[in-house]
Amino acid sequence: MDSEPSETHSRVVLDDEKIRRALMRIAHEILESTSEVESLYLVAIPNGGVPLGRRLVENIESLSGIRPGMGILDTTLYRDDLTRRGMRPRLRKTEMPSSVDDRLVILVEDVVNTGRTIRAAMDALMDFGRPRTVRVVALVDRGRRELPIKIDYAGKNIPTQSGETVILRIGEEESEVEARDESLEVVVRTQRGAHDADAVKEAQS
Amino acid sequence: MIGQDLLGIEDLEREQIELILETAEGMQEIASRDVKKVPTLRGRTVVNLFFEPSTRTQTSFEIAGKRLAADVVNFSASSSSLSKSESLLDTAKTLDAMDPDVVIVRHRVAGVPRKIADVLDAPVINAGDGAHEHPSQALLDMLTVYQQKGRIEGLSVAIVGDIAHSRVARSNIYGFTKLGAEVRVAGPPTLLPPGVDELGVKSYTSLREALDGVDVVMALRIQTERLTGALIPSVREYSATFGLDRAKLRFARPDAIVMHPGPVNRGVELSHELTDDRPSVILDQVRNGVALRMALLYLIAGRSASRGKEQASG
Amino acid sequence: MDRVLIRGGRILDPSQGRDEEADLLIEDGKVAAVGAGLSAADAEVIDASGKWVAPAFVDLHAHFRAPGQEYKEDLASGGRSAVAGGFSAVCCMANTDPVNDDPSVTQYILDRAEKESPARVFPVAAATRGLQGEVMTEMAALKEAGAVAFSDDGAAIMDSSVMRRVLEYSKLVDAPVVVHAEDRSLRADGVMNEGVMSTRLGLPGNPVEAEELHVARDVRLARLTGARLHVGHVSAGGSVDLIREAKEEGLSVTAEVTPHHLSLTDEATSGYDTNTKMSPPLRTRKDVETLRKALVEGVIDCIATDHAPHAEYEKAVEFAAAPNGILGLETAFSIVSDLVRTGEMTPLQLMERMSTAPARIFGLDAGSLKEGKSADVVILDPEATWTYEPAEGFSKSRNSPWSGQNLTGVVEATFVKGRLVYQAGRGVVIQ
Repeated sequence: MDSEPSETHSRVVLDDEKIRRALMRIAHEILESTSEVESLYLVAIPNGGVPLGRRLVENIESLSGIRPGMGILDTTLYRDDLTRRGMRPRLRKTEMPSSVDDRLVILVEDVVNTGRTIRAAMDALMDFGRPRTVRVVALVDRGRRELPIKIDYAGKNIPTQSGETVILRIGEEESEVEARDESLEVVVRTQRGAHDADAVKEAQS
Repeated sequence: MIGQDLLGIEDLEREQIELILETAEGMQEIASRDVKKVPTLRGRTVVNLFFEPSTRTQTSFEIAGKRLAADVVNFSASSSSLSKSESLLDTAKTLDAMDPDVVIVRHRVAGVPRKIADVLDAPVINAGDGAHEHPSQALLDMLTVYQQKGRIEGLSVAIVGDIAHSRVARSNIYGFTKLGAEVRVAGPPTLLPPGVDELGVKSYTSLREALDGVDVVMALRIQTERLTGALIPSVREYSATFGLDRAKLRFARPDAIVMHPGPVNRGVELSHELTDDRPSVILDQVRNGVALRMALLYLIAGRSASRGKEQASG
Repeated sequence: MDRVLIRGGRILDPSQGRDEEADLLIEDGKVAAVGAGLSAADAEVIDASGKWVAPAFVDLHAHFRAPGQEYKEDLASGGRSAVAGGFSAVCCMANTDPVNDDPSVTQYILDRAEKESPARVFPVAAATRGLQGEVMTEMAALKEAGAVAFSDDGAAIMDSSVMRRVLEYSKLVDAPVVVHAEDRSLRADGVMNEGVMSTRLGLPGNPVEAEELHVARDVRLARLTGARLHVGHVSAGGSVDLIREAKEEGLSVTAEVTPHHLSLTDEATSGYDTNTKMSPPLRTRKDVETLRKALVEGVIDCIATDHAPHAEYEKAVEFAAAPNGILGLETAFSIVSDLVRTGEMTPLQLMERMSTAPARIFGLDAGSLKEGKSADVVILDPEATWTYEPAEGFSKSRNSPWSGQNLTGVVEATFVKGRLVYQAGRGVVIQ
């Protein structure tokens, strides 16, 4: 394996303020598209979806006066690449406090690229019951879809090259679930000299 | 990451044990769902190769495999006589030709899982070999203690009974000491193995001293038919000296928990009340067994790649 | 007239205390001369400069499995293995099938050996019929047929009264009785040394005391009877003290130790390799050190291999179920020459423990380079290295813990009765 260090270049594409504005806009859009706020159920995909989901819950409550339910759904055990690779990603927390039956479920993800994570999330969701409708929020849509997955509410479209990684940075940590009320930012990392396939793989995960 | 096979806790690093426990905690949530199944190991084949019957362990691995959507095949091979043992590796090779993704091996002779792992491409999980190791049992014991006590580092754990012939004792000695607990073993002198102190534990022949201030008491199953006469004079005397009841438990910390790998000889290792009621956590152990074994299958199954390559890279 | 001149080697003849650079001339199967600057017209000349030239080795303890278990070894393969290891003489244990408890079996072994084995074979007959530890064998007839010693080997005689009578009766034929010292009731189901390793591996242990008890018993019976007692394959450090005391007391007690007990410990079993399973078992580092010291001091008289071939499938089983024993002949010199490399022994001492001493114990006409003696000679390169692959060796079996290992110390050539029977690179040569 080539271990030559590749040069990494990072640039911030969404700072905390822009993220706040995007999430407020998305909250508006969600409320505009439904008349049944009571049946809203935000299901965040860890790790990045969790702080975003929490902010969306606050926003929806402040706009509608109704606090929607929120769950956390780890998609690791539903990944379609487990059979092909030797590595086993660490499991993350799943907390689904209420039933998804007949709910309007909003999946919340930080960065959507190939669509494979959303596919896994939908499969996982179905194991918890039968939602009436499922929609998807992505703070960043990179648009390199490999599956027929549509983003219903996107914060920002950031078309990227292979070799670029998009990361939601939470406080000092990257995608740390436990951190609350930390400032968020989205950065694009470009690795020069990194092997294309590796970079794509990383971007998918 | 843990290695290709899981043959014993002695081979594991602390970080690897922690990864397994953490993964098992993640698996526990699945048991609370309506649909207790995830597609993770869909299309994978888990083989239970049990040369020695053990309904509990076998069932636990079977449920674990099925909850991960694997196909689970139970292959009960006879090991009734050692003279038939030349077929051992033949059995293993036959099995390998069927391309399993993980093979769970149980045998009454120490070292057999290791021998089978040497010839199989598929990863091997030791489900108990003779008096050697029973890693999945020890890991579920560690998970149980961790969840009951919130930590393992700094705890005192007393293992009581037939230490000499117990694979559960050995695996737990390695596991708990690696995680920073103090481990004591106690039993009649005839049931303490030679050199056990060199494994990093303190051995006691006085139950009272062994239990003094401990957080966890783990009683081991006594094989009454095998030991009586040769190694202990009688079950009655064993029960009187090392059987646990509420009175003897008072030597331990007030919040001490009581564990047993099962099945319990009621009234021998544990009194009836200690078998059924708090502070006994025996049913938590059983429950944790499934999640823990799901974690092992998740981390190990299907990682067969090529044994040759694995070895070449260390 | 066959003449071979071994030129320029370091002559190591313990029988004369000789350690010097010299030539050795073989004529008519005998040592004709040893000295500087020998020359002989039309002799085949072998250059041995930088090498050791010593009496070929004598093994008091091997299992050639014939008759009855020729799938493991026979007199041809065992004999080839012996000369490849530098041995010109091998004493074969009686646990054949049928047991060598009858002169006809002894005769059979000698006849087959004469035809097939490049090494000289000396049968050890059973001490009791069928190795049952009950009825003593016809020692006079067996000796007459060619038996050189008596032993039930692995089937240690548990009945002390029988052991006493065996020792007593052996004086009739003035042959040593070889014991596998082990109290089998104390050993119980033990399959490896009892200690922290057996605890770690979860295998039943066999305590050193099982051996020491029988060494103590047999030494006292040697005192009671005045017989010649030879303690086979000593493994326990505690046995050494008992043997030393017996010798100081003037009893006719001798002892041997194997290359594996001089080099390996029970830690070798950590991977459940059945090629580390033998009886007596591998012990601890402390025992190994004691045994090495005892060999240096001469408390233990000699090295014997306990060469014990088993088929691959017999060893490919659970550790507890595997048969005891490993190959020993072809690796012996490499393993024990470590004693010289570490400086514990001189080359002359080592050669004594491998040839002159064992020959003396069993009264064999071997182990000497004196003029007129049978030219059983080995040429050794103590510095050269080689890789041991049992599959490329001469035994029918492959059960060795040193399989695939790089070893130091090479047997360059072996002569038996003046004939070159083995040469490195050429293999076993039957002329």
